Amino acid sequence: MGVKKITTISLLVAFVIGVQVATQLSGTSYYLTQLTMTIYSCLLIVGLCLVMGYAGQISLGHAGFFAIGGYTSASLTTMNLLPALEKGSSCVVFLNKIGILATRTSMFGEPLLSVHPWFACLLAIALTALIAFLIGIPVLKLKGHYLAMATLGFGIIIFRIVLAMAFLGEADGISDVPGFTLLPGLTVNGNINNRVVNYYIAAAVLIVGFVLLLNLIDSRVGRALRSIHGAEDAADAMGINTARFKLYTFVLSAVFAAVAGVLLTHYTGGISPSDAGVMKSVRYVAIVAIGGMASLWGALIMGGLLNFLSLRGLFGSYDDAVFGAILIIIMLFAPDGVLRLTLWSKFRRHKEEG
Amino acid sequence: MPLDLFSQYIFAGITYGIIYAIVAIGFNIIYNTTGIINFAQGEFVMLGGMTAITLNNYMPLPLAIIAAVLFTMLTGALIEIIFIRWLETPSVLRMIIITIGLSIIIREIALHVWGDTVRALPYFTGNVVSSVTILGAPISPQVLWVLAVCSCIVILLSLFFKFTPLGKEMQACAANRLAATLCGINAKNMVTFSFMLSAAIGAVAGCVVSPITSSQYDMGTGLAIKGFTVAVLGGLGNSLAAVAAGLLLGIIEAFSVAVGFPLAFQDAISISILLIILFVRPHGLFGNKEAAGLKEF
Repeated sequence: MGVKKITTISLLVAFVIGVQVATQLSGTSYYLTQLTMTIYSCLLIVGLCLVMGYAGQISLGHAGFFAIGGYTSASLTTMNLLPALEKGSSCVVFLNKIGILATRTSMFGEPLLSVHPWFACLLAIALTALIAFLIGIPVLKLKGHYLAMATLGFGIIIFRIVLAMAFLGEADGISDVPGFTLLPGLTVNGNINNRVVNYYIAAAVLIVGFVLLLNLIDSRVGRALRSIHGAEDAADAMGINTARFKLYTFVLSAVFAAVAGVLLTHYTGGISPSDAGVMKSVRYVAIVAIGGMASLWGALIMGGLLNFLSLRGLFGSYDDAVFGAILIIIMLFAPDGVLRLTLWSKFRRHKEEG
Repeated sequence: MPLDLFSQYIFAGITYGIIYAIVAIGFNIIYNTTGIINFAQGEFVMLGGMTAITLNNYMPLPLAIIAAVLFTMLTGALIEIIFIRWLETPSVLRMIIITIGLSIIIREIALHVWGDTVRALPYFTGNVVSSVTILGAPISPQVLWVLAVCSCIVILLSLFFKFTPLGKEMQACAANRLAATLCGINAKNMVTFSFMLSAAIGAVAGCVVSPITSSQYDMGTGLAIKGFTVAVLGGLGNSLAAVAAGLLLGIIEAFSVAVGFPLAFQDAISISILLIILFVRPHGLFGNKEAAGLKEF
C-alpha cells in the first residue's frame, strides 16, 4: 500500500470515528442506527462497483444475492430444531454434537434450538458464491442488453421464490432473527445499548472489504479487469482469460452482497421480500453510476450519502422516483459520475496551471 | 383433458401470448431503428390502459381509447426528443440505464396520479359473464377483441413497413443508418417515429387487454420482461417470429397452470425460458445462426 492510500484510508477511519463522536456529543446517537444500515448497503455497492466499473459488466440482480445471503442466514437461525432433536432425528443429533447448533430462548421464553449464526453465515456466503458461480458462467458470456435482461431476470426469479415459499415467510419475510455474536462481547443485533458497538462492527467490515477491493484493483487482477472493460477483444488477444476474470469478480461481488445481507438481517432482526425487489437492484446500479462507475471512492461516498438520506426519509413517497430521476440526469449529463463532472475537472486543471 | 377445457387453456394462452407479442414488436421497432432496447416499453402498455380508463369517465369508450393511444404516442415522442435524440453515440450501458430510469419515473408518476388501485376498462361488448362458445369452450367476447385487434396491428404494421414511404424509410434506417442519411432520410426523425409507433401499439394492447387482466401502475415491468423474452425467443428484430414466439410462451404459461404448476411461479417460467434461450440460442428460435455470428450478444 502506497502512502497515499494509507493516508486516505486513515482519513476514512478518522471520518467514521468523527461521525460517532459527533453524534455522541450532539446527543443524536439515534442516527447511528441508520448509519449502520447505510454502511451495510455501501458494502454491497462497492462490491457491485467492482463488477460494473472495473469489469464493465452490468448486474441488475444484486439484490438477489443480498437476499440469498440474508434469507439463508435468517431461515437457518430461526428454524426450531428442538422437536426434531427430541424425536431423535440422527441428522439433528449429529449436527448438535459437532456444535453447529445453538440454543437460545425465544421472545416468549421458550427454548429454541437453531443453527449457530456463524455456521449459518458461512453457509449463506458459500451458497451465494456457488449460485453466483453457476449463474455467472452462462450470464457473463452475454453483453449489453442481453446481460442486463439476464441479470434482471435472475433478480426477479429470486424475488418470486422468496415471495412464494412458505418456508421463507412469503410476503411477511422472516422476523425475530437472533443477534449474531461474532466474538464474545461483539454482537450484531438491533439492541439499543449496542448501537455504538454495532456501528463500529459495520464500519470495520466495510473498511476491510474496501481496502481489499482497493488493493485488488491496483494489482495484476485490477489491470486485467480494466483492460477487459476498455477492449475485451484486445485483452483476450493479450492472453488474459477474460471469462475467468469476469466470473471471479462477479462471484466476489456476490459474496460482498451476501455478507451485507447476512449482517444487515441480523442487525435489523428481519428480512422481507422487498429487500430482494428489482427496485433495490436498480437503486444499487444507480448509486454506482452516480459515483462514476469505475470509482470505488465515488461509489462509497455516494452510497453513504444517498442511502442515509433515503433511510432518513428525506425523499418521502418519492423515494423511488428520486433514484429514477438521478439515474436519468446522471446518465444524460455526467455519464462519468458527479465527482468527475467536466466543470470540476476544468476547475482542477485551472488550479494546477495557476 | 376434455376438449372444452383444452380449448379454454389454448384461448387463454393465445390471448396472453399475443399481448406479449405486441410488446415484443414494440421492442423490435425501436431496436431496429436505434439498436436500443427500450426498458420502458411495458410502461407504454400501462399508460395506454390507465389513460383510457380515466378518459372513459368523460367520453365514450372508442373515443377514450383513441385519445389514450394518441396521448401515449405523444409521450413516446416526447421521451425520445427530450432524453435520447440529442445524445451522440451513447454507449449501450448508458442507454440501458436511461431507459430503466424512464420506466421508474413513468411508473412513479402513474402511482401518484392513479394510486395503486386495480382498475379496468369495461368490456367492449357484453360483460363479464357473457360468452361465446368455441370448440365447446365458453370464451369471453373480449378475448376475440384482443385477438382481432392484435392481429390487425400485426398485419397493418407489416403492410406499413412494406408499402408506405415512411415505413420504407424507417426500414432503410434500420438496415444502414449512414446510407439512409446519405439518401436524404432524416434518421433522427425516424427514431422519433419508431418511439411513437411502438408507444402507440403498446397503448392499443394496454386498452384491449385491460378488461381481462385489469390495469395497475406497476404492470409494466412484468410485461416488459415477458415481451423481451418473446422478442429474444423469436430473434431480436424479427416481428413475425415474435408473434409465433409470443403464442408459444402464452400457451406454455397457460398449460403450466393446467398441469398444476403453482401460479406464484408463473413469472419464473417465462424468465427461466428467457435465461435458457439466452444461454443456448441467443439468436432466437427462428434466427439464422450464421447471421447471428456477426452480431454481439
